[in-house]
Amino acid sequence: MAVCVAVIAKENYPLYIRSIPTENELKFHYMVHTSLDVVDEKISAMGKALVDQRELYLGLLYPTEDYKVYPSHQLCRYGYVTNSKVKFVMVVDSSNTALRDNEIRSMFRKLHNSYTDVMCNPFYNPGDRIHSRAFDSMVTSMMIQVC
Amino acid sequence: DRGLDPGTPGSCPGLKAGAKLLVFLLCFQITELCGAKRVGYFGPTQFYIALKLIAAAQSGLPVRIESIKCELPLPRFMMSKTDAEIRFGNPAELHGTKVQIPYLITEKNTFKRMDDEDKQQETQSPTMSPLASPPSSPPHYQRVPLSHGYSKLRSSTEQMHPAPYEARQPLVQPEGPSSGAPGAKPPRHKASLIRSFSVEREPHDNSSNYPDEPWRITEEQREYYVNQFRSLQPDPSSFISGSVAKNFFTKSKLSIPELSYIWELSDADCDGALTLPEFCAAFHLIVARKNGYPLPEGLPPTLQPEYLQAAFPKPKRECTLFDSYSESMPANQQPRDLNRMEKLSIKDTADFPVPTQDVTSDDKQALKSTADEALPKDMSEDPGRRKPLYYIFISYSSTSIEEAMKRGEDPPTPPPRPQKTHSRASSLDLNKVFQPSVPATKSGLLPPPPALPPRPCPSQSEQVSEAEIHPQLNRAPSQVAESSPTKKDIPHSQPPSKPIRRKFRPENSATESQEPPSTVGPVSAASGKPHAAVQKQSSKQKKAIQTAIRKNKEANAVLARLNSELQQQLKEVHQERIALENQLEQLRPVTVL
Repeated sequence: MAVCVAVIAKENYPLYIRSIPTENELKFHYMVHTSLDVVDEKISAMGKALVDQRELYLGLLYPTEDYKVYPSHQLCRYGYVTNSKVKFVMVVDSSNTALRDNEIRSMFRKLHNSYTDVMCNPFYNPGDRIHSRAFDSMVTSMMIQVC
Repeated sequence: DRGLDPGTPGSCPGLKAGAKLLVFLLCFQITELCGAKRVGYFGPTQFYIALKLIAAAQSGLPVRIESIKCELPLPRFMMSKTDAEIRFGNPAELHGTKVQIPYLITEKNTFKRMDDEDKQQETQSPTMSPLASPPSSPPHYQRVPLSHGYSKLRSSTEQMHPAPYEARQPLVQPEGPSSGAPGAKPPRHKASLIRSFSVEREPHDNSSNYPDEPWRITEEQREYYVNQFRSLQPDPSSFISGSVAKNFFTKSKLSIPELSYIWELSDADCDGALTLPEFCAAFHLIVARKNGYPLPEGLPPTLQPEYLQAAFPKPKRECTLFDSYSESMPANQQPRDLNRMEKLSIKDTADFPVPTQDVTSDDKQALKSTADEALPKDMSEDPGRRKPLYYIFISYSSTSIEEAMKRGEDPPTPPPRPQKTHSRASSLDLNKVFQPSVPATKSGLLPPPPALPPRPCPSQSEQVSEAEIHPQLNRAPSQVAESSPTKKDIPHSQPPSKPIRRKFRPENSATESQEPPSTVGPVSAASGKPHAAVQKQSSKQKKAIQTAIRKNKEANAVLARLNSELQQQLKEVHQERIALENQLEQLRPVTVL
């Protein structure tokens, strides 16, 4: 279950960040922020700009981390970067279901598609916060469904 | 009433008793339903809801909250439920309704004051009253059972509050028939919504069961949208790119988030471009939003692209007509085509006053320029349907004139200027000289640069003035082309009033003729039609003169602007020249040495 989804711009500021409100949101923000370093590391390690989606998907960014409130939960962070260096970071709670890599990839794919739909809107300025309701609903479905 | 209301009760005493009660109760139920009773007055929300309910009732749907997505948990009322009506049908409650209606009227008046765009509509008040009666009145035209009750209600209300009632007329009147998306305020908006809804139903007999009346695009709106689409993108089967559409919709002065949301709703395939149905949906949403409707959560079914394409095949026909027409004609005649198309689609009432101020004024100009030729034909063709819309269109465009004036932009839909050919024997050099500069100077315009051709300015302006004098006779395409692009908005207070006045009567005849069961209809129709004809003639001439004056003024404005732009260019060129000369001098000593 995705507990937090974040879209980070190229300049590493958040375009969209949303987490399940039951938890301390600030903690998620912090986690996402720390993941950015890992993402950058992986991007630079890649070297050439390959357009393969496998390259876009960064995989598990950080080893699981114990949760303070719920020690049984293990949070995994996954990263995904687009060609325009927009990063998606997703924090999933892997305690309930062992999410397979494919599922994570499909979730990122959906995120990416929704993000491109937002981009297609001429009234959206790249770099603005994302307020698209379609995007919101997609993220909501992702956060609830996987759970 | 004041002699203006064609639907005065008494035309059919037989129906009065039962229908009256039924209508009274319905009205009362609606007012109760919308919370007006609860709140004690017709606030904007209540009125909004009330009119929606009326529209729902009109359309045959049960007057239910669900049909308007209202959250008020009031009991349901069916139009045919006489027992429920009897329950409420006591004079005391009726009086309560009456009391509420004046409140509503004052509300409308306040709304009206707030909207500076409606200034011009105030001049049209005397003739408008029947159409602009309290929310119950619009349905009056459309439904037999409602008509009597409403008219009676209105008459009783009028007795109580003649002044505000009359003042409110212009508010509601112009919006009425044309817009499926209502006027600038919820009340007006509602009345117009209802009227347009009914107007739409009369000719088309819409059998759709969608309860979302505000989201249904009427025929005239549809054609207007199609025209706008064509102004942005000549090929109606292709699409408008995102940036073009963004520029266009930004003119509606809605906030960017709202526009973004509207785009999200309407661009179904999320490709960053709008096809014709998507464009119509977006346009309609913008109009609705401007008129106070909250944006829906999802795209209403009536605005889905498939529905739009299926429901309105006619615009496609007109598109093809236009395309074939434009293909066969050279470029210099395209303005005429556009104008003729606009004339043909006179039904395209500018129900989009704010967003497309330029457009509406442009269209209005086109309409007016061709009005004289168009009117007789159109009246003969389809008097019932077209006349009211035409005038509403003009009234709408008049509202947008001030806006457009403030904007100072060229209207988005001026027909393409004869850039390749010349209506007069103007020198080719002028065209070539100005053509590259025109796009640069008028960068704010939409892609078909609606710039007035600066080249044959004097000759064409002469032509325009000549044409204005004899608008009925001249039908030179250049004249039409000249006038239509020069739709700088100049406030017309008089022309709109005349059309509106005329609109009232044609609408009477239209609605009456189409509703034979309506007892009110035949009476008013008989009186309305001859009167309409007489008035039409005189107002036509007046309108023609005013059209001419307006066109001249607009032409002047455009030429003045062009002049300033050219002077600026001249300055720049001078500066370049000076710079080059300096360089030359600097280099010369070197070479000399």
